[in-house]
Amino acid sequence: MTTTRRSTIALAIFFLVLSISGSALVWAEQAPAPAAPAAAAPAPPPKIDSGDTAWLLTSSALVLLMTAPGLALFYGGMVRSKNALGTIMQSFIILALISVQWVLWGYSLAFGPDKGGIVGGLEWIGLQGVGLQPNPDYGATVPHQAYMVFQLMFAVITPALITGAFAERMKFSSFIVFTLAWATFIYDPLAHWVWGTGGWLKNRGALDFAGGTVVHISSGVSALAAALIMGKRKGYGHEPLRPHNLPLTVTGAALLWFGWFGFNAGSAISAGALATSAFVVTNTATAAAALGWMFSEWAARGKPTVLGAASGAVAGLVAITPASGYVTPMASIVIGAVAGFLCYTACNVKTKLGYDDSLDVVGVHGVGGTWGALATGFFATKTINPDGGDGLLYGNPGQVGIQIVAIVASWVLAFVGTTIILKIIDAVMGLRVSADEEMAGLDLSQHSETAYALEGQATVGSGGR
Amino acid sequence: MKKIEAIIKPFKLDDVKEALTGIGVIGMTVSEVRGFGRQKGHTELYRGGEYTVDFLPKIKVEVVTPDNLVSKVVEVMASAAKTGNIGDGKIFVHPVESAVRIRTGERDEAAL
Repeated sequence: MTTTRRSTIALAIFFLVLSISGSALVWAEQAPAPAAPAAAAPAPPPKIDSGDTAWLLTSSALVLLMTAPGLALFYGGMVRSKNALGTIMQSFIILALISVQWVLWGYSLAFGPDKGGIVGGLEWIGLQGVGLQPNPDYGATVPHQAYMVFQLMFAVITPALITGAFAERMKFSSFIVFTLAWATFIYDPLAHWVWGTGGWLKNRGALDFAGGTVVHISSGVSALAAALIMGKRKGYGHEPLRPHNLPLTVTGAALLWFGWFGFNAGSAISAGALATSAFVVTNTATAAAALGWMFSEWAARGKPTVLGAASGAVAGLVAITPASGYVTPMASIVIGAVAGFLCYTACNVKTKLGYDDSLDVVGVHGVGGTWGALATGFFATKTINPDGGDGLLYGNPGQVGIQIVAIVASWVLAFVGTTIILKIIDAVMGLRVSADEEMAGLDLSQHSETAYALEGQATVGSGGR
Repeated sequence: MKKIEAIIKPFKLDDVKEALTGIGVIGMTVSEVRGFGRQKGHTELYRGGEYTVDFLPKIKVEVVTPDNLVSKVVEVMASAAKTGNIGDGKIFVHPVESAVRIRTGERDEAAL
């Protein structure tokens, strides 16, 4: 036992050294500049590129896959069997709910004509003026609606990520109200700040390629507020609240990894050099983070767990998200490996702090997203993306300051906004299911169904608790 | 008549069944149970959480035999279920007052 542990510690150290040497390479190497987009001569009128459009639509479908079944299974397997359906339902129905919210008013609030850098106007409500011709602000070579539907999938997965924080205890009706309010008052404005034309963080030069602040900090920090306000699950700390089906969770994590190529490489809004670079660093960082988490846990606890490896992969995907269009493959190894270690540590610290963020949304998305946004300020380089910026390691320390402003702004908006929304809902309709309903599980109490019907358990007449 | 009740390691079930049918036992009842004795439970790790699982899965085998077969059955069961490691289980012998074969109405040893 001790020898195994010693050898795993040695492995962990080896891995750490590997990452550090990787970081040295980041500024040592002469990254070959990806073919710069042929300097557009006299700007011709926007013309739809079929390759770009095909990739963007494919990416939209890939990102949809991340929410359901990816996240639905990732979370669904981690809860107890009596809450499996209820948990899967939260991700699944958000897909439906936000798909409608987005075309009605969400896209307009996020990407519509700027109002003071804070929010988009209502001019594009119901997709008025969002047609099939390109909008050069967002994608000069793809139909505007293709960009809209790609962004929709991001708006869908972000609130779905938060559901892990209040898993196994939130009333379904309150959850629906929360999701709609959160999407409208937090996600849509934040997306505008960072990605909308005229958004104040975009104007300051904050770099967030695919959503480190907008998606992961916002969901991770909202999860912290939600866990604090909702309180712990019954039995937390003295009953085992064990995952009921880790094979589902690993399947979900693998689907997230797969779909994330759409998330990050799709964010190039073109099918070429930049998408390829984002694809490569996404995969590399994810791999490094899965290893980073596994070796950290192996060294600290004596066993490399499967849930740890899967969680590490997700932590890596989160961390590389904001950096994916700006960094080299060597930098992505560092970003991933550090994310695996940091997020593993954060999940352990949570147990000591005592709040019940049931499925570790804070530890994985809050911490991983913050690290990724910060790391973008270190490792970004114009050799990868001339439209991006240079980070600290490429002679531009100012970028780190800009990243910190974006991080703090996202933290504050997410934490304060979520707290206000949840307090109001709590006062009006309550947030939690009753104690009896919690004991029975969300499947039965919220949906009158059970995930697993075993032979021989046929009910007679009306089923009781 | 006696009922012999054995709590054994799940992977030993086939060995026990083979051994019992080998000495002419023609029926038994098996159930999946949980429990602990000296073996205690084990620890499971889930991210930051560490859970002690007290109750381990075991198999309970129940056989009812005429008095003259009891010692043979117990002996065969014990040797078939044995690994020599902690957690091999236990065998209990209970007296049985009567038995009925439902299909024919036969009673006691004729019903076994």
